[in-house]
Amino acid sequence: MNQPLAPPRPPFPFARWALIALAVGGLGTAFAYVAGPLDPQRLTPHRLVDRLQANGGTHPGYRRNHAKGVCVIGRFDSSGAAAPYSRAALFAAGARTPLVGRFALPGGNPYAPDGGVPIRSFALRLTQADGQQWRTSMNNMPVFPVATPQAFFEQLQATAPDPATGKPDPARQKAFFQAHPETAAFRAWIKDQRPSASYATEPYYGLNAFYFVAADGARHAVRWQVEPDNGAAAAPLGAQDVDALAGELERRLARGPLRWRLWATLAAPGDPIDDATRPWPAQRQRIDAGTVVIERAQDQDSGECRDINYDPLVLPDGIVASADPLLPARSAAYAESYRRRTLEEARAGGRPPKESAR
Amino acid sequence: MNRDETMFWWPARVLHWLMAIMILAMLFVGAGMVASVSERHAWLLALHKPLGIAILALAVLRMALRLWRRPPPLPRELGAAQRLAAQASHWLLYALMLAMPLIGWAMLSAGGYPVELGGGWRLPPIAPFDPSWFATLRWLHRTLAYALFALVLLHLGAALHHGLIRRDGVLRSMLWRRRDAVAAAEGDAD
Repeated sequence: MNQPLAPPRPPFPFARWALIALAVGGLGTAFAYVAGPLDPQRLTPHRLVDRLQANGGTHPGYRRNHAKGVCVIGRFDSSGAAAPYSRAALFAAGARTPLVGRFALPGGNPYAPDGGVPIRSFALRLTQADGQQWRTSMNNMPVFPVATPQAFFEQLQATAPDPATGKPDPARQKAFFQAHPETAAFRAWIKDQRPSASYATEPYYGLNAFYFVAADGARHAVRWQVEPDNGAAAAPLGAQDVDALAGELERRLARGPLRWRLWATLAAPGDPIDDATRPWPAQRQRIDAGTVVIERAQDQDSGECRDINYDPLVLPDGIVASADPLLPARSAAYAESYRRRTLEEARAGGRPPKESAR
Repeated sequence: MNRDETMFWWPARVLHWLMAIMILAMLFVGAGMVASVSERHAWLLALHKPLGIAILALAVLRMALRLWRRPPPLPRELGAAQRLAAQASHWLLYALMLAMPLIGWAMLSAGGYPVELGGGWRLPPIAPFDPSWFATLRWLHRTLAYALFALVLLHLGAALHHGLIRRDGVLRSMLWRRRDAVAAAEGDAD
């Protein structure tokens, strides 16, 4: 053989080209399916956050849910009682772990009236000395209305403001709750609940179950909650109380720190581990893990909690997630919300754009 | 010891196919995890981070190998434009293999997330905690991921074109030796 020239025409050229097209096209198609465009029925974080946005309005720079809130700074003082169950350093006897927290209202509207709904939330990010973190987002209701991301999405659809009235359509809401009997425990709670006049007087529940992992690897299913030790609140808020909670918190903190006991409830065999709609029986063993101490508040537009994603799957060694399907959905949706709001923040020059003077 | 100059060195071939599987898996894992609210989201994310760091480490090793021993020359009859496309696409592939894991790592750092690889392994932050940084890096990570996937498709198409249409030995140089070439190299002892 001397100098090879242009390659000779191969036999069956059509079949060869078809094979190339099939390989490249097939791989591209598989990717498009996995990424979502070829699977329009799938509930994606994008669709979930779009739905939250449709319900709450678009407020650049703000969280897509729990948009209205206030940052708090404090610490967690461990009692040591949870240490036999979880090897997380923050549960060790005498451990003091700094935290950045956030009190908030539900929904995507940062200008929502405080007296509108009785739900309040409390998120915490505890940072251990070794850099590991525990992030948790709790609500003042003991159970979640629905058990699955799909049902949550349908609930958002059913409670969407009617374009004509600006208010949710009662008939649609009723139909949703009738179709979802698992919402019963939540509805029983909210029926008697009045919008509290203080963030400080509410208990907050982790809702989803997790596992504590002990030093020897033993796992115990737990749910946690914080119970307030801050005295009584004033009379419940009414619809006219638009901005009462943040100021009330400031006034309390001016008098001294606020405290919550952190309780971990241990599941018994047979208790529902992956269903946040079902409460556990009241007589379950509870561990007094320590005290959440809140020392000061910060405005959420400039405070430390602003740029934190309170992703419930950021856990230290010693706590692992249960199979509750809400947990990965929360994690994925929070990440998408965080992606959007940080992008808006970046475009606004690093500060959340102000829509109006607060 | 005579080497077949038309073939990639065997460690380079092993690394190429290992990383082909890893990078393709990584692209699918990434695309799947951001498009899911199911438990897939959590376990894909847990897989994405250590796999990304493994790709970063192997990419560094592979760059070193490539500089250590040059790859076989491209066929002489290849046109100048194709030669340029081949070289540019390979350097782009290398650049993205290195950049993507670093951007992901920096992005998590800027978002204030602990960079957990699982099994108690945690990496230090390599960027300041800053939401604007996070937003930019997050956008870049996604955009370059799509660019990398497009390059992978191009690379696959070109490789098959070399192997099936041109049949010029370029695809074979990353596969295995031809029997007759091996026999010729060993001097046909039988």
